[in-house]
Amino acid sequence: MTALSQATEVVDPVPGAAAPHLPQQPDLIQLLTPEGERVEHPDYAVDLSDEELRGLYRDLALVRRWDVEATALQRQGELGIWASLLGQEAAQVGAGRALQDGDMAFPTYREHGVAWTRGVDPLDVISLFRGVDNGGWDPVATGFNLYTVVIGAQCLHGTGYAMGIQRDGAENAVLAFLGDGATSQGEVNEAMIWAASFSAPVVFFCQNNQYAISVPLERQSRVPLYQRAAGFGFPGVRVDGNDVLAVLAVTRAALAAAREGQGPTFIEAFTYRMGAHTTSDDPTRYRLASELEEWKLRDPIARLKAYLVRSGKADAAFFEAVEADETELAAKIRQGTTEMADPPLTSMFDHVYAEQTPHLAQQRAEFVEYHASFADGGDH
Amino acid sequence: MSTQTLTIGKALNLGLRKAMEDDAKVVLMGEDIGKLGGVFRITDGLQKDFGDDRVVDTPLAEAGILGTAVGLAMRGYRPVCEIQFDGFVFPAYNQIVTQVAKIHARSKGRLPMPIVIRIPFGGGIGAVEHHSESPEAYFAHTAGLKVVAVSNPVDAYWGIQQAIAHPDPIVFFEPKRRYWEKAEVDTDATPGPLFASRVVRGGDDVTVLAYGPMVKTALQAAEAAAEEGRSLEVVDLRTLSPLDLDPVFESVRRTGRCVVVHEAPLTLGLGAEIAARITETCFHSLEAPVLRVGGYDTPYPPSKLEEEYLPDLDRVLDAVDRSLGF
Repeated sequence: MTALSQATEVVDPVPGAAAPHLPQQPDLIQLLTPEGERVEHPDYAVDLSDEELRGLYRDLALVRRWDVEATALQRQGELGIWASLLGQEAAQVGAGRALQDGDMAFPTYREHGVAWTRGVDPLDVISLFRGVDNGGWDPVATGFNLYTVVIGAQCLHGTGYAMGIQRDGAENAVLAFLGDGATSQGEVNEAMIWAASFSAPVVFFCQNNQYAISVPLERQSRVPLYQRAAGFGFPGVRVDGNDVLAVLAVTRAALAAAREGQGPTFIEAFTYRMGAHTTSDDPTRYRLASELEEWKLRDPIARLKAYLVRSGKADAAFFEAVEADETELAAKIRQGTTEMADPPLTSMFDHVYAEQTPHLAQQRAEFVEYHASFADGGDH
Repeated sequence: MSTQTLTIGKALNLGLRKAMEDDAKVVLMGEDIGKLGGVFRITDGLQKDFGDDRVVDTPLAEAGILGTAVGLAMRGYRPVCEIQFDGFVFPAYNQIVTQVAKIHARSKGRLPMPIVIRIPFGGGIGAVEHHSESPEAYFAHTAGLKVVAVSNPVDAYWGIQQAIAHPDPIVFFEPKRRYWEKAEVDTDATPGPLFASRVVRGGDDVTVLAYGPMVKTALQAAEAAAEEGRSLEVVDLRTLSPLDLDPVFESVRRTGRCVVVHEAPLTLGLGAEIAARITETCFHSLEAPVLRVGGYDTPYPPSKLEEEYLPDLDRVLDAVDRSLGF
């Protein structure tokens, strides 16, 4: 036996990477089983009113409806691309609802569910994928940074922002999002070193959806991701990312610790990307249909619905009302998208600098003049 | 009036101190800049006086320095990042080009990025690989960044303060081999604008353009040329992005000849852009093509060869001769 194969054998295989067996994972924090059974955990609890529970269901259902509508709009040529969150609704809504006013979230480009919880207008997210702008929302007013497309770069931004919170003496925290693939990025590792060294109030929220486009988790890591945190010197926890209650409880606890000056936490939300990486992707080339079927049994929305129904916390009228809201939201998104105006021609010159340079002002003027030189005044 | 004789290094140190006194949001970040005061001592004594929250000895990772600076800037701080040597900026290149440069535009102006990236640049100090480079063209090529290069203590003192107070991200190049050059600095004066080139020696025969460490070389060349009866006008470009070429155009229209000098490799260096713009703007005034003197298109050589690689007085004069020979 070679040294290499020995080394490989002693490594803890990444549980569930190829064929998940969630109930067999002792470290997985769960408060709601895939069957919708409410279970207790010794370290994490949530005490939500029936109304709050119904609110979470509504979030999940509406976010999924938004996502489905956006995928359809892309197929119909209305969007250039769409990055679907299908299957990750609980991870995102649970994390987003753990944030308080004054906290700041640093998303990747898939956190539509978190955007929803921060009150971002879905059309301001859609505009990015339609090619109108790079995201239309106000990151300061919403406490939700603009999407960052370069993988992992936002983890450093979140950490730096948290260092600013420290210097301000504020009791806020940062939630920095990343995926399983991003854990291989040097910048993500640097962010965790900075966060640890300065005890910055930042929580790293990793949605392990098992694939970095096509490449499975075992190519990124030979240990469960949450165990990486120990090497940086702060706690790492693995939560069932399809369990909105557990995600909410774990993220709340981590953010509270950060606000209290206890430093960072790494949360691995164990979940699954039910759809493609983006609408440009074909997941049948790299994963089995049986895997998807297995994860469908762990659907984040179905389990909360089962719990609400079985416990009598929501009745048929409630679900009908949510369905009506879904229909209304989809119609609003569809209409808003198809009616969305193209950006003004000169907008690419705007905001390159806070203080415009003479050179760019001249280039802009030449561009305007060039367009005006056409017989139709540039409206060709 | 308060005039002191300062080196470029000390002028930067005093300028940083003044900027930190003027604005409590100014935070210095970098490797070895605290207790040690930086490998060139540019931040000497600042951590002692302002504390380690404002003069931060960072972990050893350049992307981390720039990436956390972005977050601090979003929170309202004005980070001043020291990159220890020019060749070490590349681990941070991703953050600078994909984030620092683009966030203001991405956010439609909602997120200003008042970050200064200080980089000691250029060769001539007998160093090992990666310690002598001139990477300014990479940054001047990137929309969203501004790029300046100082050549003397007066500009160092005022320029660093102006850069820190400016709302856009600025890559601030410091001529490391000239750190010990001295000049009188009046710290009560009213400084001229940061983004402006300056004629530092008047002349009639050939316009010589330079920035950073090459300004001194160009002035030496002008001195030598004068002994042979040739009058060189020397312009310190000072700002590399945006370029301020109106004074250059004015000069070239008079002289009809121009030589651009930089340490950076010739191909697609600043000289190429400058030559193109001069040709576009002053075509009918030119008596000769705009000539460039730069480093060769090789990796920066081992230090025993660097004097051959770097433009010097003789290579500048050779280009002047060629220009006059057309």
